[in-house]
Amino acid sequence: MKREILDRLLAAKADAIPAALVTDLNSGLQTLVFEDTVHGGFGLEPDLLDEVRRRIRQDRSGMLVDPQDEDGFRLFVHVHNPAMRLLIVGAVHIAQALAPVAALTGYDVTVIDPRGAFATEARFPGVKLNHLWPDEALAELKPDVRTAVVTLTHDPKLDDPALIAALRSPAFYVGALGSKRTHALRLDRLRDEGLSEVEVKRIRGPVGLSIGAVTPAEIAIAIMGQITCVRRGETHPC
Amino acid sequence: MNDTLMADNIVEQAAAWRTAGRRVALATVVSTWGSSPRPVGSQMAVDDRGSMAGSVSGGCIESAVAHEAAKTMEDGEPRLLSFGITNEMAWEVGLACGGQVQVYVEAVE
Repeated sequence: MKREILDRLLAAKADAIPAALVTDLNSGLQTLVFEDTVHGGFGLEPDLLDEVRRRIRQDRSGMLVDPQDEDGFRLFVHVHNPAMRLLIVGAVHIAQALAPVAALTGYDVTVIDPRGAFATEARFPGVKLNHLWPDEALAELKPDVRTAVVTLTHDPKLDDPALIAALRSPAFYVGALGSKRTHALRLDRLRDEGLSEVEVKRIRGPVGLSIGAVTPAEIAIAIMGQITCVRRGETHPC
Repeated sequence: MNDTLMADNIVEQAAAWRTAGRRVALATVVSTWGSSPRPVGSQMAVDDRGSMAGSVSGGCIESAVAHEAAKTMEDGEPRLLSFGITNEMAWEVGLACGGQVQVYVEAVE
């Protein structure tokens, strides 16, 4: 890999800009493809360039083969997308376990809590903290299809605005901590707020896979397991 | 916590080793068949001191890849390696993992 390509790739990753490194496995030449620009060692036909950009959007690395080409044309597309995000609402005890478990899983974690005593650097070393009210925080952070949102406060004043914002976003996972009874009451409140049945049914609650989790770390594993299942488990119930 | 476990940052590790003056090779899984243990795009960086970061399988073929990576660091030539049941090393490195995997090894300039 040429240093110039490497440096451009590292800069894109540092700035959370989606990119694909395309390698011609026959020659070793490489080209870096972005949504609007291309840099590098060889040119790509417009249809191939479109396909590479489609792969970026699908987050799908892999070989790109041209069946028309009998010379054994072989391109490898390596998609480098920004990390998946997890927005945790509530800087509570379970969040202290969930944040590192999610980080280990490769997620870019933000803990949202307007209560200054909870969302402190001492309780969440190295974790991004957001002290806005949850609906304002979500308006700022804009959950997308690569974002999971989990509410943990048990306080409807904080959880409900976050859930309403999350359910109206394309977030791929929305989970809420609370017992079955708490969750039923929550759904009634959200319906009263005008959310549809389809919207409220998107909430995973009680949150997490049913593995009998008791401690904060176990609950964190149950939640991260469920997020992983929703993301990866195409055929499994989560 | 181990940073190389936490995210997809093997390219960063390779660049850091290179900047420190070491010779570095980067191995990337480019295709898989069957039940290969790591997905396409998984990477491992190797330097000329034998340091390794990341992985291209569940530990099945890393030492074989590191061996080939040393050759790439030496001659600068990329290599496309195939591992699996059709490979002569199958009984040695393939059976424990199952599946087949192709790994592209390149030098970091």
